[in-house]
Amino acid sequence: MARYVLLRLLQAVGVLWASYTVSFLVLYALPGDPVTLLAGADATDITPAQLDALRAELGLDRPLIVQYLDQLGAVLHGDLGTSIVTGRPVTEIIGEALPPTIAIAAFALVIAVVAGAGIAIAANYTRHRWLADVLLGLPPLGVAVPAFWFGLMLIQWFSFAVPIFPAVGDRGFASLVLPAITLALPTGATIAQLLSKSLSSTLREPYVDTAWAKGASRARVHLGHALKNAALPALTVTGLIVGQLLSGTVVTETVFSRPGIGRVTAGAVQQQDVPVVQGVVLVAATAFVLANLVVDLIAPLLDPRIVTAGGPARRRARTATRATAARPAPAASGAAVTTASTQGEPA
Amino acid sequence: MSDTAALVPERHEQSDDVFAATADARFADAVRSRSADAALRAGRGLGRVLARPTLLIALVWLALVVIAAIAPSLLAPGDPLAGVPAERLQGPSFAHWFGTDQLGRDLYTRVVHGTALTLSAAGIAVAVGLVVGTFLGLLAGFIGRFVDEAVMRLADVLLAIPALLLSLAIITALGFGTVNVAVAVGFASIATVSRISRSEVLRVRSSVYVDAARASGDRWGRVLFRHVLPNSAGPVLVLAVLEFAGAILAVSALSFLGYGAPPPAPEWGSLVSGGRDFLRNAWWLTTFPGLVIAATVLAANRVSRALDTEGRRTR
Repeated sequence: MARYVLLRLLQAVGVLWASYTVSFLVLYALPGDPVTLLAGADATDITPAQLDALRAELGLDRPLIVQYLDQLGAVLHGDLGTSIVTGRPVTEIIGEALPPTIAIAAFALVIAVVAGAGIAIAANYTRHRWLADVLLGLPPLGVAVPAFWFGLMLIQWFSFAVPIFPAVGDRGFASLVLPAITLALPTGATIAQLLSKSLSSTLREPYVDTAWAKGASRARVHLGHALKNAALPALTVTGLIVGQLLSGTVVTETVFSRPGIGRVTAGAVQQQDVPVVQGVVLVAATAFVLANLVVDLIAPLLDPRIVTAGGPARRRARTATRATAARPAPAASGAAVTTASTQGEPA
Repeated sequence: MSDTAALVPERHEQSDDVFAATADARFADAVRSRSADAALRAGRGLGRVLARPTLLIALVWLALVVIAAIAPSLLAPGDPLAGVPAERLQGPSFAHWFGTDQLGRDLYTRVVHGTALTLSAAGIAVAVGLVVGTFLGLLAGFIGRFVDEAVMRLADVLLAIPALLLSLAIITALGFGTVNVAVAVGFASIATVSRISRSEVLRVRSSVYVDAARASGDRWGRVLFRHVLPNSAGPVLVLAVLEFAGAILAVSALSFLGYGAPPPAPEWGSLVSGGRDFLRNAWWLTTFPGLVIAATVLAANRVSRALDTEGRRTR
């Protein structure tokens, strides 16, 4: 077990380092010059010498590898650099923006899990074919609707047409409802798709027949026996869901004019504030890695076969579900299953 | 005696003829049945399309969208940038199906003319993701060993960064504009494509006909391009349609955020954001462009699902 935990920890650190490196390469090695932008697009009164001075001041004139090692060293000490635009430390900017984002993301997660699991369970539970069809038709709809538009529609209906919730701003719980629903839409649809598929295949397992044969009620078979086992593969997409929620705030917070990481990101991209964008990417990757780590560490408690058997079964389930979840519709699942059978390697 | 001696070779000849005739007939039969098979299969395919009304609707909608992208004037003859100030902010009517905006421009015309922008951006995104992703997948699956290991670890890392944030990082570096947005969206899909194409390559590589091609002396390059690539393309193409739907969503989200083409261009996402200031008194400005985006994404997803089941039926 200790070996298992240590291995997962090392893997998590490795992924973090690699994603930091990727974001560095994308932001610093691709063509594009934040300095000219900082000076202003039509800055004719600034001489090339002044631009060079600015570059030197920001340390952008050094070789790429030196900049990289320098930054990496600073990151290890918890320093994400300073914003090019405001000059404030990136950790401070992100630290301020994190609490409101966590509030809305947590609320959205609750909505997504309740609604998504509700749809999946009800669609499998019902004896009416038409009801199951209607319920299973909802998730594809949920992934096809643009989140930014859905948010605007919610404002139109529930702030203007029927004034229940405030349209914008950050004033108490009521102002949290519409943004959280908007943010929950794609996540809820993902959960519903995954869980309903996993449930329907679990319900065909032999042990479910045994439960029926022993005379268990429909509710007991579905909720007591099948759901527990069906939830395990769905649990493995937690990292993906966390990433989805975090990146979803860019659109949601812009639509609802709320403060938070999403707004910070949108603004930083607008002003080509490279250190801030890089900081946000690192935070998102950390959230993804942490979520996966937590799942990896509690998964053996739910299913002891994972550690003892080296976990091929779970890994298979995990890559399959993740590849499926990464897609907006279940269409790629066939390909995803083949992916799973030929490669068994968690992130 | 002589009779039989004369008869025997004759019978031989006859039987040869019979053999030839039956072989011919068999061959002709095979040809006929193959073409009949193809016709039958096409007919059945069409039948299956007609039997599924949602798929039919999706195909018709996508056809309309493609027409709007190639020849927008066929569907909307007006000028998307010319406004009639007297007709500002009018609701939907027979003259203006989707209503008009704050400058009196016809929204329907703008949506139709914006199709090409959004669709070509999504097309570029899919092309980038598909070409780079398939290339990496081929390398990983075909060469194997450390190349495979390296490519798959890279894919893992790219998947650890949410797609939208990865796109945003690329846009930060490259700057704004439709093409940059498209490249950024495409880059974010490389990891998924390379995983699926790799697994397909692995599946095809271990098949008997690849062994046969190798055994009959084909070089690896030929095997790769004649056998592995075509046979592993199916699921990747299904994925391409799916990626296309995702790319439309991502591109319109990014242009909604203001990173796409500059304002007068009627990109679908920027049309929605343009209507944002008029939510209270002109609901049609946000509602219709968004509905068009959702319908297109839904239709592409539907078609991709049909291709997937069709592909598995023939495999």
